[in-house]
Amino acid sequence: MPDDANAFQTALALILGLDPDLIGIVTLSLKVSFTAVLIAALIALPLGAAIALWRFPGRGVLIVALNALMGLPPVVAGLAVYLLLSRAGPLGELGLLFTPGAMVIAQVILVLPIIAALTRQQVEELHGDYREQLTSMGVSRARRIPTLLWDARFGLATVLLAGFGRASAEVGAVMIVGGNIDGVTRVMTTAIVLETSKGDLPLALGLGIVLLALVALVNAAAHLVGETARRRVG
Amino acid sequence: MNEWTRLDVTAIPALSLEGVGFRHRGQPLLHPVDLRLTGCRRTLVMGPNGAGKSLLMRLAHGLLAPTEGRVRWEGRPPRQAMVFQRPVLLRRSALANLTYALAVAGTPRRRRKLLAREALSRFGLAALEARPARVLSGGEQQRLALARAWLVAPEVLFLDEPTSALDPAAIKAVEDAVNDFHRRGTRIVMTSHDLNQARRLADDIVLMVDGRLVEHGPAETFFAAPASAEARAFIRGELIW
Repeated sequence: MPDDANAFQTALALILGLDPDLIGIVTLSLKVSFTAVLIAALIALPLGAAIALWRFPGRGVLIVALNALMGLPPVVAGLAVYLLLSRAGPLGELGLLFTPGAMVIAQVILVLPIIAALTRQQVEELHGDYREQLTSMGVSRARRIPTLLWDARFGLATVLLAGFGRASAEVGAVMIVGGNIDGVTRVMTTAIVLETSKGDLPLALGLGIVLLALVALVNAAAHLVGETARRRVG
Repeated sequence: MNEWTRLDVTAIPALSLEGVGFRHRGQPLLHPVDLRLTGCRRTLVMGPNGAGKSLLMRLAHGLLAPTEGRVRWEGRPPRQAMVFQRPVLLRRSALANLTYALAVAGTPRRRRKLLAREALSRFGLAALEARPARVLSGGEQQRLALARAWLVAPEVLFLDEPTSALDPAAIKAVEDAVNDFHRRGTRIVMTSHDLNQARRLADDIVLMVDGRLVEHGPAETFFAAPASAEARAFIRGELIW
């Protein structure tokens, strides 16, 4: 059992020395999660706004489903993507399993419901204020989507950051579909699990510190965006 | 459209409310109303709070569908705009609020900023163009809402208690703006519960009490020789607000 204080020192040395293994893992983590949030946002922002603006049969069910999916356990999402992408699965021919692409898909599935559900909520509330004015101006429903998304931008930035937090912190899904292959699909969370079980605490701890700092940064950014919005736009 | 273009007043179709009523959960909020508004007149819809003035405006403008009767334009539907009691402005700069309205109205992109700036200076807002609209003062916000309406050169302008939350200077600015619209050839339909405002602005008066239209006629007649007991009481200030 290595000395904990010693492990902590070694961890800091790894971070400050820009250890190439550590940098590689952090970079891949950021790439995967950033791509996943980007793709999820491109789908979920207009989707959430559309659900806020249109009344259609099954709308209530859809909203409940989205809300429920916000709490989807990452391992279940991972399992579903694994089944889809495994050689015998319907998308097996793409050969995506155990690639960063598969990890992006899994994280998109985890993040999309969060962004869509929260966007729906925010846009619907904003539209409550705007409805009469936009109707008076003759703004079509399709055109209201970009209008409301833009006017809700500060709140939605927080939503995207929440999505990024979920994507970068989860371990179950990327472990299953990525396989934690060294230098290929190893991200911060899966590396922490592995190194801890191997007993290599300095690397695990180093990654843990980076991950923690990242989460703190994301939250600080969310807070800052909210504060700026309140001050500037009212 | 150039902002100075005078509208062709004779071409503005008459607005005809035929037995228009509105019920909410079985409760009649507006009893069937027959009302015809023509020409380029300034009609003030008067009455105490809860009389159904705002509801009448929303039905006439088309924001709400009547549960009885129908709202009909005698001819093509005209260009319309509405200014609300509490201005609804986008969470963007003052200028962007106006260019947005122009974009919706189909103005080509290259002309939007120029027209928007013209409207801003016309309403005394030129210095505030980069300011977020929602941090402007109440009076400035209402002027911005009027500038936004001005840009679409409405043939009919509805205003719902546009001055009720403003101080006297801001009220004067709004009333001047209403008269500018009127001079340009816009038909004005405006609610108010302020008798003095009605004396200053109105060509015609519509009096609503308890969800009923009580009286409709030229302002001079309304003030000099009101036909109904409600109108007499209203003018004497005896009707409960």
